[in-house]
Amino acid sequence: MTINPDLQGRSYPAAEVYDVGREKIREFARAVKATHPAHFDVDAAKALGHTDLVAPPTFAIIIAQRADAQLIEDPEAGIDFSRVVHADQRFTHHRPILAGDRLVAELHVDGVRAMGGGAMITTRSEIFALGTDDSREPVTTTTSSILVRGEGQ
Amino acid sequence: MSPTFNELSAGQEIGSRTIEVTRTDLVKYAGASGDFNPIHWNEAFATGVELPGVIAHGMFTMGSAVQLVSDWAGDPAAVVDFQTRFTKPVLVTDTTGTPEPGATIEVSGTIGKLDAEAGTARVDLTVVSAGQKVLMKAQAVVRLS
Repeated sequence: MTINPDLQGRSYPAAEVYDVGREKIREFARAVKATHPAHFDVDAAKALGHTDLVAPPTFAIIIAQRADAQLIEDPEAGIDFSRVVHADQRFTHHRPILAGDRLVAELHVDGVRAMGGGAMITTRSEIFALGTDDSREPVTTTTSSILVRGEGQ
Repeated sequence: MSPTFNELSAGQEIGSRTIEVTRTDLVKYAGASGDFNPIHWNEAFATGVELPGVIAHGMFTMGSAVQLVSDWAGDPAAVVDFQTRFTKPVLVTDTTGTPEPGATIEVSGTIGKLDAEAGTARVDLTVVSAGQKVLMKAQAVVRLS
């Protein structure tokens, strides 16, 4: 199986809406062994000036990996998921993710380069919060590189 | 107490933390994140794809390492940028039914750079498991008052 070089520059528009719930923030925070009260206690989050619980700094990976799945599962991409290794990851927060946010992600394939028999693929998710009038507020930009190992790698 | 920009200098240590990891923790992270890749919970699958055994999600390691920074900053929302490269896997042995962890991750942080104009500090994290650096260029940018 070979990676389709024409993937570079491809975009996948925002698909389903992700509703950020308080219990999901608490569950994710426990799963990364976070203890900061702003993830668990609404009053503690408000005391810091936030409107609701604050998501941990890597919470956006849930939304970003859902967006990435569109690419990985795209039969045209030629990616064998069992040979995928996560190489690097970055989160740039334009504002914190808070409980009550309704988020969507636009996926961009920024780079595809052959490495050995495999390929390094860099994707970027632009995550926006939807307003009541369907306005979009930039919340987080995530970038991620995955290495798809070739045979014998 | 949150740190203030003027009391910080490059090279200053912000503290350290030890994270114990079990197979149960990886199952919890899989459920919480939606990443159900079997290399993180199934030994036979992991060894079948030429891994030494079940390994932690890179995002588990990255996500648990940043807690040191959130706690130091006093507000997790102060972490405005966080990046890393994943260099070595964290092998988690099966210690189910015992009080022993399957792996231990040591995290320590140092102020790498201060940006007076932006009012931010870059915290450089050193993240080690089984004597090897498992993250490289693990950098969290914190907005300070």
